[in-house]
Amino acid sequence: MNIYAMRAIYHFEMARSFRAPLQSIASPVISTILYFVVFGSAIGSRMTMIDGVPYGVFIVPGLIMLTVIIQSVANASFGIYFPKYLGTIYEPLSAPISPWEMVIGYVGAATTKSIALGLIILAVSYLFVPITIAHPLVMLFFLFITSVAFSLLGFIIGICSRNFEQLNIVPTLILTPLVFLGGSFYSIKILPQVWQTITLFNPAVYLISGFRWAFFDVSDVPVTLSLVAIGLFSALLLGIVSWIFSTGYRLRN
Amino acid sequence: MSAIIEIKKLTKQYADGYRALDDISVQINEGEIISLLGPNGAGKTTLISIICGLTTLTNGSVTIAGFDVVRDYRKTRSLIGLVPQEMTLEPFETVLGTVNLSRGLFGKKQDRAHIENILRQLSLWDRRNTQIRELSGGMKRRVLIAKALSHEPKILFLDEPTAGVDVDMRRDTWTVIKDLKRRGVTIVLTTHYIEEAEEIADRVAVINGGKIILIEEKNELMKRLGTKQLCVELEKPMTDIPKSLIRFDIQIENSGSRLLYRYDASMKSTDVHSVLAALATENIVIKDLQTYESSLEDIFVDLVAKEKN
Repeated sequence: MNIYAMRAIYHFEMARSFRAPLQSIASPVISTILYFVVFGSAIGSRMTMIDGVPYGVFIVPGLIMLTVIIQSVANASFGIYFPKYLGTIYEPLSAPISPWEMVIGYVGAATTKSIALGLIILAVSYLFVPITIAHPLVMLFFLFITSVAFSLLGFIIGICSRNFEQLNIVPTLILTPLVFLGGSFYSIKILPQVWQTITLFNPAVYLISGFRWAFFDVSDVPVTLSLVAIGLFSALLLGIVSWIFSTGYRLRN
Repeated sequence: MSAIIEIKKLTKQYADGYRALDDISVQINEGEIISLLGPNGAGKTTLISIICGLTTLTNGSVTIAGFDVVRDYRKTRSLIGLVPQEMTLEPFETVLGTVNLSRGLFGKKQDRAHIENILRQLSLWDRRNTQIRELSGGMKRRVLIAKALSHEPKILFLDEPTAGVDVDMRRDTWTVIKDLKRRGVTIVLTTHYIEEAEEIADRVAVINGGKIILIEEKNELMKRLGTKQLCVELEKPMTDIPKSLIRFDIQIENSGSRLLYRYDASMKSTDVHSVLAALATENIVIKDLQTYESSLEDIFVDLVAKEKN
């Protein structure tokens, strides 16, 4: 195993974020604060409690998930696409590194950043609302597995993209709507029955619901189902990555 | 010398059917500098890319120090350093940062002394904390070389190392290459500048249309295919070649004021002597004398032209 290589990629990717702290940390934090001001204070004060939780508190897990999912994909996709765009990808490709070591380096760094962001947003939330976490370890597990899964997704998007536009298609046209409509800011129980059923096809619902369960002990779908869903999603992504590497798709001629 | 790279019946065909390499077999010896010459699209970069693992091969095999480049890629790649043709560098990284990254990628523990040594040798040490985007083109090229040397490779591939750099930088690069050779590093160089191959290569391989049309010791090649010319400027123009000179392959040029004698570079100098002696016997007065030797470039252009026909 080439530990030095994994470490080198990991450090390089982490350093890239620290070179642009405004983009990496400040901008997600500021947008979260805006969500709190708008949804938590302005609108939330006129909302009734959901499942016995005040609205301002209720949206915290959804907000964290929203940021973690979007940032995982953005970070990991950019991390692998940019070297492809610049041509610097020749180096890891010609280095004695196995494809999975490359994944650990790139996806590991993106995961670390997402987890850190999630925790920063949680800390910022404490400034606005009182939060108690019912199952802290489950909460951390969900944070971890979501970061890994969506960083993997980002890695795949980064490899498959041929230009910056393609890089943004999946996050903008698919991911953001799925997360918003997956109950980030509401309980799917408040939807009409038909829409509740349709919503169950949205994978984000299971993630957000499971994560919310870890906070408040209440959920839209059973937490075991959430775990199975994220497990299946991760397995699917690992399968795709492994296919990409076995064929050299869009990496090697 | 023993072979360090063995290429056997190597073929590369792209999905669209284009054959970039066609049944190539070559041995590259340990410690030599071999120059791959060829026009654009000849297959030079494809060949290097397959050896380095950037491109998959269609048929045949490549081994490095006995290890297969596909099966034992960890062993083969850790022996290789690659300086790519394009200036591919992360613009916001520092010189030291990117060179350290390379060493790590190739599975080596960080070694400050070694990296300092390389950067000093390439006159980059003073700029080690500078972001790459602030460097000049020549400096960037040096950073690429430093990256390729960071993990102490046994074989160095240089794909057009001096394309687009000034004369000083070109000479500096040659010095570095010669120094690496002295330390036993095998060097494979592709170049457009035949002058470069002529200056530093031990052997020359000419690639055209995906095939190796020639591979030979540079000196042998120049001796075998190189021609020399003796140019004699005459005091008085002549219309016909005197009988005693007909046995030599001599031509009259410039309205009879110049004689041109072509001879093989490998022939003995006595031929020149015979021509001059014959001129003296005929009482032909010589105003000036010059000799020309064909360059590797002439040989190369001839070879590729022959191949086309």
